[in-house]
This record gives sequence, C-alpha cells and structure tokens, in this order.
Amino acid sequence: MFDFAQRAVEAALAAGATYADARAMVTREESLEARNGSLESAERSERAGLGVRALIGSSWGFFATNDLTDAAATRAGETAAHTAQASATVAGPDLVLADVPVRQDHYETPHAEDPFAIALSEKADLLVGVTETMQAVDGVAVARAGLSFWDTEKFFVSSQGHRISQHLVEAGGGMDATSMSETESQRRSYPQSFGHFETGGYEVVRRFDLPGNAGRVAEEAVALVTAPECPAGETTLILESSQVALQIHESVGHATELDRILGWEAAFAGTSFLDLAQLGTLTYGSPLMNIVADATLPRALATFGYDDEGTPAQRVDIVREGIWVGVLSGRDSAHIAGLPPGGMVRGDGFNRLPMVRMTNVGLVPGDSSLDEMIAATDDGVYMATNRSWSIDDKRLNFQFGTEVAWEIKNGKLGRMLRNPTYTGITPQFWGTLDMLGGPAETIPWGLPNCGKGQPMQTGHTGHMAPPARFVGVRVGVRG
Amino acid sequence: MNDPRTDLCERVLGLVDGRAEAAVMVTSVRTGLTRFANSFVHQHVGEETVAVSLKVANEGRVAAAESTRVGDDALLALVESTLEICKLRPVDEDWPGFAPPDDVSDVAHHDPATDDASPSARAAQVRAFVDAGPGLRAAGYVDSESAAVAFASTTGHTATARATRATVDGIHQSDTSAGKGHATSVRLSDIDGATTGAIAADLATRGAAPTDIEPGHYQVVLAPECVATIAVFLSAYGFNAKEYLEGQSFVDLDTQQFDPAFSMWDDVTDSRALGIPFDTEGTPKRPLEMVRDGVSTALVHDRRTARKSGVDSTGHAIPGGEVWGPFPSNVFVAPGGQSVDELVADVDRGLLVTEFNYCRVLDPKTQVVTGLTRNGTFLVEKGAIVRPVTNLRFTQSFVEALAPGSVLGVGSAARFADCEFGVGVVHAPAMRLAAWNFTGGARG
Repeated sequence: MFDFAQRAVEAALAAGATYADARAMVTREESLEARNGSLESAERSERAGLGVRALIGSSWGFFATNDLTDAAATRAGETAAHTAQASATVAGPDLVLADVPVRQDHYETPHAEDPFAIALSEKADLLVGVTETMQAVDGVAVARAGLSFWDTEKFFVSSQGHRISQHLVEAGGGMDATSMSETESQRRSYPQSFGHFETGGYEVVRRFDLPGNAGRVAEEAVALVTAPECPAGETTLILESSQVALQIHESVGHATELDRILGWEAAFAGTSFLDLAQLGTLTYGSPLMNIVADATLPRALATFGYDDEGTPAQRVDIVREGIWVGVLSGRDSAHIAGLPPGGMVRGDGFNRLPMVRMTNVGLVPGDSSLDEMIAATDDGVYMATNRSWSIDDKRLNFQFGTEVAWEIKNGKLGRMLRNPTYTGITPQFWGTLDMLGGPAETIPWGLPNCGKGQPMQTGHTGHMAPPARFVGVRVGVRG
Repeated sequence: MNDPRTDLCERVLGLVDGRAEAAVMVTSVRTGLTRFANSFVHQHVGEETVAVSLKVANEGRVAAAESTRVGDDALLALVESTLEICKLRPVDEDWPGFAPPDDVSDVAHHDPATDDASPSARAAQVRAFVDAGPGLRAAGYVDSESAAVAFASTTGHTATARATRATVDGIHQSDTSAGKGHATSVRLSDIDGATTGAIAADLATRGAAPTDIEPGHYQVVLAPECVATIAVFLSAYGFNAKEYLEGQSFVDLDTQQFDPAFSMWDDVTDSRALGIPFDTEGTPKRPLEMVRDGVSTALVHDRRTARKSGVDSTGHAIPGGEVWGPFPSNVFVAPGGQSVDELVADVDRGLLVTEFNYCRVLDPKTQVVTGLTRNGTFLVEKGAIVRPVTNLRFTQSFVEALAPGSVLGVGSAARFADCEFGVGVVHAPAMRLAAWNFTGGARG
C-alpha cells in the first residue's frame, strides 16, 4: 500500500505540486441494530482506496479513487495536481505548511479483543436480549440497541519523507427505550444518547454492562411520560458528564477550530466568535475551566499516533484557568496563525480531504463530585443525557435539550422532570461554572457523528467530561 | 454491450450461485467540488469510486455488506462473507423479500456535460460568484456530481439509471452581515454563479449593521430555504412510515392537519427532479402526494414498512433504511401566486427570514424544533423592510406553524433550496405564516 501512495505523490510532484501526500486506506466497519427483540440489521462494509493531496499556490487539490493499481495511483496524483492548478483563476495568498518532524513509524491502537473476531451471534444475542428486557417494561413502545466497530489501516506518504502506517480499532454502541403519551414521546438512553465509543476492541462493549442497565433505562423512559414538565426560569444547573461532553463539543471544540476562525468553513459549518487577536487574553469561562485537546489519551475515541498530515499526536492547552490559550490546527492553518501545528487534521476515509478535526477535547477534572454539587444546591435542576442540540454559526448562542432532569431542593434530588432544556451564550455560560467533578467521575466520552466540511465528512471525537455546576442558567425553553 | 455496472451485478449474482436469494446494487460516482472562502478557492476535490452493495436472504435470514473492492477475489470474499453472516442471523419475521420485476420510469436526469465537468468549469462559476460581490467576502462551493447505478436481483428484477447534479451555494459577508445564494439543477450549465452571487451580495449589503429585536411571536415571511427545511423535517419525522408505525409521527391520515394552502408531494418523474428513479431496494419511486390542500394523504414506504401496513412499497428505501425508515428525496411544495415582495407587502409587523440554521427536533411527535436564523433576517413594518435584525433563536412546532388558518400567502417562484438534509431534496416557494415563536436573540 505504501507503494501506491508513493507513486501518487511522485505523480503529483511531477505534475506541478509543490507538496503532496497520499493515504492508502482500508476501513472495515460492522454495525448491528436490534429493535424490540429482533435483530434489525447486521451489515459489514469495506472501503479501500487512495486519496492524494497536492498543494499549488493557495489551494489544495485532492483526488480519490478506489482503484488500487499503479496506473490509477499515478492518475490520481496527476489529477490532484491538475485540480489544484484549476483553482488559480480564483487565487489567494499562497498556503505554507508549518514544519513538523518527518517520521517513519507505525502505530497500533492497544486492544485486547478484535471486535471482528467476536461471533456475530454473540453480539446479536446481546442486543436482542437487552431490547427484550427493555420492552418487557410496561409502557415501552420502542426498544433499540446497536453496536458499531471500525478497523482502519492507513499508509501515509508525503513528499517530505513521511512514511507512517497506523492500525486503528474503534468500538462502541448503546441502547435506548422510548415511551409514548398521546401527544409526545420520551426516551432514555445508555451509556449516552448517540452511543458511546472508544478506541479499543470488544472489551469496550463488555465494560458497558448493557444488560445491567436495560431495566433502569426502560423504567425511566416510562416514568418520564407522566413526569411534570421542567419549569421555565433562571436557576442553578448541574449537568451529567455526557451532557457536559456535548456542551464542550459544540461551544468549545468547534469554536476553537482554527479553520473556522480563519473563515474557511464560513458558508456551511460557520465561523467562530473567537478572534486570533484575543488569544491569550479572552476570558472563555470561570477559573475552574481548563480545556485540553489530547490525542494521546488512552482509550479515548480520537486517540491515534499521527494525524492525516503525519504530525505526531499531542496534548494542547485550549483554555487555561478560564483564559483562551490554544486552537485546533493543522499545518496550513497553524502557519497562518503563527502557531505550532496541533496534529488535528483528519479525513473521513480515503475519499475525503483531511481537515481540522477535534481530537479528545475535554475538561481537566476539578475536585468536587456530583453528590457534593447536589448537596450544595438549594434550588436547581440536574439534567442528564442529550436529546437535542443547536448552536448558531459563531458558536455563541446554544440551546440543548436533555432526556431527563430532576429538580434539586435543599441539597437533595427531587421529582423527575420531562422535556428539560437550557440555553445560553458560550462565554457567559462557561463563566458561571462554579463546581466541577473530579477524576473519578470524568469519562472520555466518544462521539462518532460529528459533521463538518463539503463534501460532508463524519468525524470521531472524544471529550473528557466530569459533571459540572453552572449558576443562573435559563432553563425550560419550549415552543 | 452491457453497462459495466450491470455486468458487475451479474458477476456477483453468479458467485452467489443460487445459494441464497440476493440483490446487488453497483454505484459509480464521479464528483468534483470547488470550495472557496475569503473569496478564493482553498479546497478543490474530486473522486471516482465504485461500490458494490450485496444483500442475501435465506429462509428469512438476511445479511448485507458493501465493498469498494471489485476484483474477482474481492467479490468472491464479499459473497462468501455475506453468506456466512446470513447463516448466523436469526430469522427476520418481518423480512419482506426482494422487489419483484417492475418497470422503472424513464427519467431524463442525466446531463453528459455535467458528468464531464472539469475543475476549471467549476472554478469559472466560483469566479463569477465572487465577482458579484465587490468589497464583500465570499465563501461556498460549486460542485458537479454524477452517479450511475445498476440493480439486479434473483427475482429477475433489473434496473439501471444515471443522474447528474450541479450546485452553486455560497454566501457573501460584510463585517456585520451575510447573505446566501443557492441554485441546483441536473445541468451545470443551468446554474449561474453571477446571478447567485448577486443575490447573496444584495442580502449581505442590505443586512449590514443589524440591530437586536425582542424575541416573541412574529408573523414571518420565510424564504425557500426555510420552507424546504420545514418540508424535509415533516417528511423525515412524520410521513416516514416507520415513524408512523412506531407511533412517533404526528401524521393523522385523511385529516386536515395543515392549512389548505399547503400541499407537498414527492415525484422523481418531474422534469425538474434529480436522482435516479428507483430506490435502494430496486423499487421504482412512485409519485406520491403526502399533503393535498392541507390534508395528510399518504406515507412514504419501503418494502418493510409496506409489508407491515399491507400496502405496496412507494419506492422510498434509503441506505440504512432498516434503522431510519423510508425517506422521500424529490419533494415539491406547491407554489402560490405571490412574489416575495407581495408577501412582504401584506405584513403589518413581522420578520423576513432567509435561512434557518442548525435545526434540531425536541420531540418528533409534536415536531417542536429549535434552530436559528442565518444569512439575513429583516424587520418588516407596514409592508416594507425597515431594518436588518440580528439572528434569532426559535423554538417552534413546524406542524402548528402550518396549521389551518396559519398560511397567509405562498410565493409563486419555487426552486430547489438548501435544507438540513442536503441539496436537491426539496423544491420550495417562499411562504407567509401567521406566527413564529422566537425564543431568544443572538445575545441570549
């Protein structure tokens, strides 16, 4: 596979590229879904091919093919360069790549059990069994469970001498139960609403204990139908850790992507409220807020050896004691900003141009705990598990809904509440963070469904998140 | 000579060799996308790939797999591994079987020139878009896409089709505003970067220096992008038969759920439509009225939901449809008789909204959705636009917004409009609605 990539790079250079790299990739995916006691789907896919990137002037040219032959590799390299050349009619300042170490290396995800070697029947039995358990609870209308596994081999070659192979293994899934009233539906999920994913083998799934949680999930879904609605107003809000993870993803992760800050995503994903001139001075949140992007974190979903530009995985400070200090970057964007490249450029398969992507962007744990937060709250709401998410194109104005909430009165959890929502403005909201859970309650949540780019790419991101408390938050916004 | 994709289908069915029922779909795509930001092209991509999808069924045990490897050894491995998976699966009690032989409509949604569109041709459209907004910053893309698809199954059903699509979609930005332009067609030659860019530049210019407005209930004139988003949410979460069968849909068939001015249908045979005329199960896509004069009339089905409902599939199966259910991808919203200026002229006090952003369903059954405005929101008083306003957040039931008595006017100029589910999916006009619930401003 290295040879195909090398041939493509040489062809791109011969066709005029000032820099070129190529990734030959084989990605295997397996996904299973069960619903109401039946295995609804079991699918496998294998995507193999070559993607070539060529830089000329201000534009990347990129071309992908699934034809893994010498002739096709040469043509792919030439086409990538010619495509970049065609951009010259609408040219801008030349792109320059920040320096990175040139490596020849191999990286492999540590994993104990190859998920593709586990019998399909064992996985199917697990999913069918937990949906049967959930559906057995009176009032559950739909019980679903799913698992997904990815096995990716990458062979990266650059015109600067990189030659890196990686074998990445990812696994995860989840389940949910839905109940209905005459007018609305309610859902509870586990481990979180999109499923939870990590780098690793089938041991990731075994840690979930889906059977041990199925009954509770179903009972909570049914209880929600008759629970009172979350009242509207301004209150103290405690977020369960998976909701904190999504809060980080939407209002910190995307906002600190350097390509967004530079306007490269303006028309689709949007820009950012952040201005590079404010780096190092802007107050992002309270002094409790420390955010890092760490692609070296064991088990987390966005952990790898090298990004898709051959830059080593690393840990970068993004927010330190509430002050914005770092960005998510690649070689081209980092050079423009005058910053060291963060090793955060990845593509969704061989046929997509790599772009700035969140790695494991999460909170450094605090020293409190969920119990202490509840005990310290006279009047508030505890919200858990995301149900809806929406944020504006500058990553400022957000509104989240969660599956469930509980009222907090005089330091104790009270009634379950349905249809909870909260809304806020990013820096003001993070500025109200006043209690943060510790390491024991910090989970490296993994999201497999982050959309960005044109053509659309789906990214896998990680978010270390403890439970957290915020004060003076507007809750209970409904139509 | 056979289509090479048909040959590939036959090779795969030959490898199955009667050991199971089987259906094969082979899809070849050629795409090119020229992306620009800060008024220059920064990402310029192309792709030529082939994928083989195989589904096998043996006495109710069903398995599916897909591969981009098309060599003899790889195809044999695909077949053998799919048959192995099939043996391990439990019997699917709801398995509807493969589609029987049927005639597929002959649609003309393929343009050879678009199929062969060069990077330079797309870049020329970008140049025109950028030049239409002097002094503004442009961002967006021009793309061209072609797909050639062949389907064959052991039931004897075969189908082939080709389709192309081209889109220009972009914004012009000032320091305080943005405006959007969008055009989609089967043919790249139909789209015009200069015209689309001029629309975006005009909105950005008129939208400059917006000021805040108090959230609350406002009458609204929604541009086609907003109406397309509403239509696609109603389709995905309501007229999707799987959602309906599971009790998660708002749809109440044969009931006046919407204003009589609202009609919506799906029709791949329309000359303006995009895409191929059969679904991922090989079933011909049937023209289907979902809403006629405000009355919910029909659901979209794949073979599984059709079997459960005792009806025929309408040909709306999609990849991943076992999980998500069927989905219409050629949706048309009925136009009316007023220009956008006439719709605005009828507003005493309200907002003109050009686009929604990041819409998410709070509850599929009530269709309460939260989202924001983007790329141009304007206050209208006494029939005239008086000033641009900053973006607003809304939390609004889409069904209630279109309820009887709520649609006060419909635009005459319908077009393909961008929506949350991709381009070329919904063809929609502008619309004036009695009330829209804005629950927050850009600053909270």
